[in-house]
Amino acid sequence: MNETTPIITKSFDVQAIRKDFPILDDLMPGGKRLTFLDTAASAQKPQVVIDAMSRVYGHEYANIHRGVYHLSQLATDHFEAARRKVQGFLGAKFDREIIFTRNATEAINLVATSWGHANLKAGDQIILSEMEHHANIVPWQLLRDQIGIELVVAPIDDDGVLILDAYQKCFTPKTKMVAMTHVSNALGTITPIADIIQTAHDHGALVLVDGSQAVPHMHVDVVALDADFYVFTGHKLYGPSGIGVLYGKEDLLNAMPPYQGGGEMIATVTFEKTTYADLPHKFEAGTPNIVGAIGLGAAIDYLDTIDRDAAHAHEMALLAYTVEQLTAMNDVRIYGTAPEKTGLVSFTIDAVHPHDVGTILDHDGIAVRAGHHCAQPVMDHFGVPATTRASFGLHSDFDDVDALVAGIKQVQEIFC
Amino acid sequence: MSDLRELYQEVILDHGKNPRNFGPLPEANRQAHGHNPLCGDKITLRLVVKDGVVEDLSFEGAGCAISVASTSLMTGALKGQTEADARALFEDFHGMLTSADPTPDQLEALDKLAVFSGVRDYPLRVKCATLGWHTLNAALDESDEMVVTE
Repeated sequence: MNETTPIITKSFDVQAIRKDFPILDDLMPGGKRLTFLDTAASAQKPQVVIDAMSRVYGHEYANIHRGVYHLSQLATDHFEAARRKVQGFLGAKFDREIIFTRNATEAINLVATSWGHANLKAGDQIILSEMEHHANIVPWQLLRDQIGIELVVAPIDDDGVLILDAYQKCFTPKTKMVAMTHVSNALGTITPIADIIQTAHDHGALVLVDGSQAVPHMHVDVVALDADFYVFTGHKLYGPSGIGVLYGKEDLLNAMPPYQGGGEMIATVTFEKTTYADLPHKFEAGTPNIVGAIGLGAAIDYLDTIDRDAAHAHEMALLAYTVEQLTAMNDVRIYGTAPEKTGLVSFTIDAVHPHDVGTILDHDGIAVRAGHHCAQPVMDHFGVPATTRASFGLHSDFDDVDALVAGIKQVQEIFC
Repeated sequence: MSDLRELYQEVILDHGKNPRNFGPLPEANRQAHGHNPLCGDKITLRLVVKDGVVEDLSFEGAGCAISVASTSLMTGALKGQTEADARALFEDFHGMLTSADPTPDQLEALDKLAVFSGVRDYPLRVKCATLGWHTLNAALDESDEMVVTE
């Protein structure tokens, strides 16, 4: 699935892309060029996203699905247009299968809570991978503690690749759900999610895919994948923070009870009985992040203007160059060496803690993530408390990698 | 580079690499654990306190250069001090990193610990420099709760 055939074309001009991101023109303290290598934590925003949100707040804002006046209709139209953009982006059949949430975390919590309580009982099993983000571990643990389900962990190997044989052996007649990442945030591993889903369906289990790290890097088609639930967050996709997406198959969502109660999600309310609104509003209680959703729609429009195959080829060239440079350095170790990866390198420098690495790199205007990346089981697998992670965005270029390499050399000079 | 050297001074790099008073302390009668979940730093601090005096102390664990060096230098500074003096030193150290410019008296009291004054310019790293000290307070309080800084 999702094999983007890397076609080397000239149609991706990274220097032109860089002009779309106003923050890249800003200098960091000390007059340093910004080397932003933390897109996997949160992406910078292109001007078109900022403008779209500013336009709504400045000229087109009102609450949605409420007023009978012009502005409310306008805002509602833009909000629902954003939903259709997400639908198209994921290849979903219906726009009502797209639920706006705060982020991917809330989307997973929604499924764990609503679907989980309605469908699971003590002893039922859920399979997770060893490389899940905490967001795809803790909601299921909460459910485990509430109703006594069991969590089964599918292991990864030392390249950071899911061990498929072991995954297949995790299934029992009690397996009801597989909750699996599409791309590991700590390692960059792309999981064979189509096969993972097929195997789960063969065993009668549903699959929730955490696509937060995948959608910024590859084309995703939830229908082709046959994903039951697919979640992602807007801010990693060059959109604003505070907006996320839950895709769910219509019949599954229809059968699920509401997650939160309030306005928007109701049909009629009396003190005796409330009937619920239809999809997607049943799961969108209260005034949503109106402008956030519109900003996410603008981010999707922006991505549509980019030759994503060419962007992918550029990203893979950057990754190969980074791995080559870091591998050639003494005392630098890379974690996550899967053959199928996104543009992300997690590494350590012997005898130097990642936080010291992060501080020294920051001094040169280089932004990286240092820590456990909300994936402590991955850190435990490799026996390290933390790593330094450099991750690429659309605007990343070879100068960014050269700056990183020079920064690592400086770390080693200070610490040797 | 120059102000980086102010943060990563030789004495910090040295204590970060070769921490003093590092290892078990079987005769300890006070103990506390410290954890910084943000970066994964974890330390265990053990003290021998007799008649209100910190007679001996040691620590074990792993962390960044700032947190290991800070804990190492702390153990050196506290040996032989009274509990009251140890707590006062914590206040001076914490004050140096978090409040307005320290007074000359405070700096004098801090002695070698003043090497950490550069951490003031890196607010995200203050937790690293104070992890050992917060753990010390917990040990003096005989608190069994893990100290968590974030």
